[in-house]
Amino acid sequence: MSDPIGYRREQPDRQPPYLHPAYGSTVKRAPSRAPVRIVATLSEVTGPSFSKDGWNGPDAADLIHHHEAEPQGQRIILAGRVLDEDGRPVPSTLLELWQCNSAGRYHHEGDQHDAPLDPNFHGGGHVVTGADGGYRFLTIKPGAYPWRNQHNAWRPAHIHFSVFGPAFATRLITQMYFPGDPLLPLDPIFNATADEEARHRLISTYDHSLSEPEYALGYRFDIVLRGRNATPMES
Amino acid sequence: MAKLFPTASQTIGPFFHHGLDRPGWEDLTTEGPLGQTILLEGRIVDGDGQPLGDALIEIWQANAAGRYAHPEDKQAKPLDPRFRGFGRVKTAKDGTYRFTTIKPGAVPGRGNAMQAPHINMTIFARGLLRHLVTRVYFADESANGTDPVLNSIENAAARRTLVAQANGGTPPSYRFDIVLQGKGETVFFDV
Ligand SMILES: [Fe+2]
Repeated sequence: MSDPIGYRREQPDRQPPYLHPAYGSTVKRAPSRAPVRIVATLSEVTGPSFSKDGWNGPDAADLIHHHEAEPQGQRIILAGRVLDEDGRPVPSTLLELWQCNSAGRYHHEGDQHDAPLDPNFHGGGHVVTGADGGYRFLTIKPGAYPWRNQHNAWRPAHIHFSVFGPAFATRLITQMYFPGDPLLPLDPIFNATADEEARHRLISTYDHSLSEPEYALGYRFDIVLRGRNATPMES
Repeated sequence: MAKLFPTASQTIGPFFHHGLDRPGWEDLTTEGPLGQTILLEGRIVDGDGQPLGDALIEIWQANAAGRYAHPEDKQAKPLDPRFRGFGRVKTAKDGTYRFTTIKPGAVPGRGNAMQAPHINMTIFARGLLRHLVTRVYFADESANGTDPVLNSIENAAARRTLVAQANGGTPPSYRFDIVLQGKGETVFFDV
């Protein structure tokens, strides 16, 4: 069998480092040695497969109609595509998201922030991307929340995204932010990525064509996964 | 189209429960796959030896015959329709985790090399801006001696961090502890 073609190596300044002292939790959790490079084998170029209504369960794209009433907050429609570096859609992959409520509190026993829980909002959803790599969620805009990283620290409003892509090597968990958030320049997690353009791509865009009259505002967020090398020989 | 580049990773944070905690995904044997059922378990600690009670661990592995359930694995070995090869579990408060799975078969490496049976592992946690990747090998596999990835690690003590110890029991348990930093630091890979 011929050797598998691996995935392109990432540019260091376009990804956050493991050790980023401004984000205190990295100090004891970042490995002290750089990861050892593996030239791709079948183990890295394969990965779990998903399908609509497969073992991963039916899509859960609506986060606001699970309970007796709708949650508090600004309704939003969140849509976008999962692409690779060559702009090709990544279809049939599992995309999962989670977020806090509109007051800035997660429905989680560990979240002790003194903001109201919303009995009508748990804040989790997942879909399998369509043939065009597309996805769409209906949710509410999350609030900002305080954390103990530094004095008067507040996370900018964000939604956590998890996506697999075609291979073990394309796995990604990230966070999506909202345009114009004044907390972005102050956030050590957002600012851990050195490259300004790479940071900018974590911010969704307001898309008026996605907004629905008298109902919800539209935000667009595309996710790009690693693309394939051109040849089996990697640099 | 403008040249794209991969979206930056961000930490999973401590509160991923409602997005990622899927009861049952820690057991890869519920459909009765072929092969030897095993437990893969251990504990994950930070640079102070403190347990990570808020980590998420995923595994990806070949079936008992040594074939991945993925279209790019075109080996002439049987697929097992009862085995999808993927698992996920969150750590308990004391940093421990446990998967129930099967022992994978051997899969080819690059060139004509054969790899020893192994499980690919991904670790997410608060404080990890990017996830970590490692491999779990099995202490009772003689093929470890010729595995190209395992033997690319020259330091014997570092190499041993990649080998799960056989603890016996029914089903047999393999112990794989993970040290993020410092003494006994696990070897992590850039895939
Ligand atoms: Fe968060």
